[in-house]
Amino acid sequence: MAILIDKDTRVLCQGVGKAGSFHFKGCLDYGSQMVAGVQPGKGGSQVEGRPVFDTVERAVRETGADASMIFVPAPAAADAILEAADAGIKTIVCITEGIPVLDMARVKALLKGRPVRLIGPNCPGIITPGACKIGIMPGYIHQPGRIGVISKSGTLTYEAVWQLTQQGLGQSTCVGIGGDPILGSTFLDLLPLFEADPGTDAIVMIGEIGGSAEKEAADYWKASMKKPVIAFVAGRTAPAGKRMGHAGAIVSGGADTADAKLKLLAAAGMATVENPSLIGAAVKSRLLPKV
Amino acid sequence: MKLHEYQAKSILALAGVPVMEGVLVSGPSELEAAIAKLEGPGPWVAKAQVHAGGRGKAGAVKLARTKPELLAASRQILGMTMVSSQTGPVGVKVRKILLVPGVDIARELYASVLIDRSCGQPVVVACAEGGMEIEELARERPEKILQCHFDAVAGMQPHQARTLAARLLEGAPGQAPAAELASLLLGLARAFLAQDASLVEVNPLVLTAQGHFLALDAKVALDDNALFRHPELAASYDDSEDSPREVEARKAELNYIALDGDIGCMVNGAGLAMATMDLIKLHGGRPNNFLDVGGGASKEGMAKAFRLLLSDPGVKAILVNIFGGIVRCDLVAQSIIEAARELGLSAPLVVRLEGTNSEQGRELLKASGLAITAAQDFDDAARKIVSAAAHA
Repeated sequence: MAILIDKDTRVLCQGVGKAGSFHFKGCLDYGSQMVAGVQPGKGGSQVEGRPVFDTVERAVRETGADASMIFVPAPAAADAILEAADAGIKTIVCITEGIPVLDMARVKALLKGRPVRLIGPNCPGIITPGACKIGIMPGYIHQPGRIGVISKSGTLTYEAVWQLTQQGLGQSTCVGIGGDPILGSTFLDLLPLFEADPGTDAIVMIGEIGGSAEKEAADYWKASMKKPVIAFVAGRTAPAGKRMGHAGAIVSGGADTADAKLKLLAAAGMATVENPSLIGAAVKSRLLPKV
Repeated sequence: MKLHEYQAKSILALAGVPVMEGVLVSGPSELEAAIAKLEGPGPWVAKAQVHAGGRGKAGAVKLARTKPELLAASRQILGMTMVSSQTGPVGVKVRKILLVPGVDIARELYASVLIDRSCGQPVVVACAEGGMEIEELARERPEKILQCHFDAVAGMQPHQARTLAARLLEGAPGQAPAAELASLLLGLARAFLAQDASLVEVNPLVLTAQGHFLALDAKVALDDNALFRHPELAASYDDSEDSPREVEARKAELNYIALDGDIGCMVNGAGLAMATMDLIKLHGGRPNNFLDVGGGASKEGMAKAFRLLLSDPGVKAILVNIFGGIVRCDLVAQSIIEAARELGLSAPLVVRLEGTNSEQGRELLKASGLAITAAQDFDDAARKIVSAAAHA
């Protein structure tokens, strides 16, 4: 079992330029069912032996795709997300970074109340080890298992997953939700899925400075979850008011600093890790006994 | 991207918000001519044009009753190093000032527009009491802060602005033109959307003794990701307050922030870069910088990043922490070797490579004959670099 995607997920890829086709192949090699590419003007061509269509609507009609991985460049990415939603795609994973915040605010407003799950943007994607990979993460660091991972970061997620794998702890599903100020899905949206997933025993949550998503997640966990969660928050050394790459990681003082977040999480009773090199070890020694 | 007050005011004026645009002075040589041109009896106010806030308390805004007073005040501000709670202890040098007519203020309010991250929609935040103490007020009496969310697609609606204006004026003494305030608030929301702002802030928003609302000050920051839609604004950015290294890094398209420690860091990915800084600190070291070479960094980009660190006299030791996903570790190793040979390895270097082709990368570093310390894992890397910096 897993959340969001499994071996039956049929994936199309919007944007099959250099990056899109490179990762199309990566997902295909991992074993994902990559069924189509989409790029306006490229309809009729092929990517890795799969058909490319001009529109998502046609690609869905012809291939039965139910998930999309988006590599469309930032200026057109918001429209690509809406195109996928309008074509009936249920799981949309937007890898593109640098999308204007207001474009995402508009996407958020237009998708409200619709049966669409958007992951990202500016994220590494989703992987259910051994079954399906929709994203840019290196597949081999993962191992099928029972730990769920949700993270705002890309390479820091790889780091945490690698630590888990080295501890012999496989993963049920790993979701990179992205580090932008406006995200399709936050910790709060995904924790209930992990709680309900019989294939997940415990969850690693990796946050960053900025925003209040970690606090909301901790409140939800305390009120409604039984499975243990351990959290790390990156950016304790980040200076106030500076931007650390992710548009979301802005510390403006107050409750969104890493220290303040760690305190809030600890106050809710959630396990936290201070040392990012000990995430895997902490899951083994502190979470598993609670499973 | 932060704008100066005078730039922010022209953006607000375009959206129909009443402002005092004033006269910009871009250096001491322009000062006397600018003052001579000012009309009216005074008083006037000289205001430092810097990106940081806290100008009033830092003495970078001065009121003058006469033109000679204004000249003296302006000379004090121009060229001063302003230190406020927002600048850090080093402060920023004031290179430009804005001269504006003084205003008879009956009341000070506060208004801003930003994105509420918890719901992903824009929000107007307003308070009937504005001025220098707004942050304190927000902490101590949060119920005084009013919020009005609006739809990013439809924009702020007139009834929302009317309602917010009415709430702001509820129980206030005297007469105030609510319609004027509503129109001003609508203008702020319009400017926010039109210019892809990340922040529009007016503090204080004043009611003048003559009974009109006016944006007496203005702060606007733009969304860097949307600058492609606003090339003219992007070109107007004043980078004179940034550290020379940050300017250099921006030219090389590197994601770099200068800090005050002595351990240079080069990492791929913002989250891992922050976690690396955190781990260095945890082991007692001080990071010199945040440097994210990106998930898909090119060989050239990494060489540039490495050069930036090697040429920084504040860097006593360098840590490279790469978790290769898209980035191949053998390529990382090659760029490190090339840059180190070209510039000479003046500081101890600890390298941790993990992920795609990490074995080949480690072999290359070993075979290079350069004095590079290989780290076993993340924690080992942080321990080794902290110890290297302590002994350098």
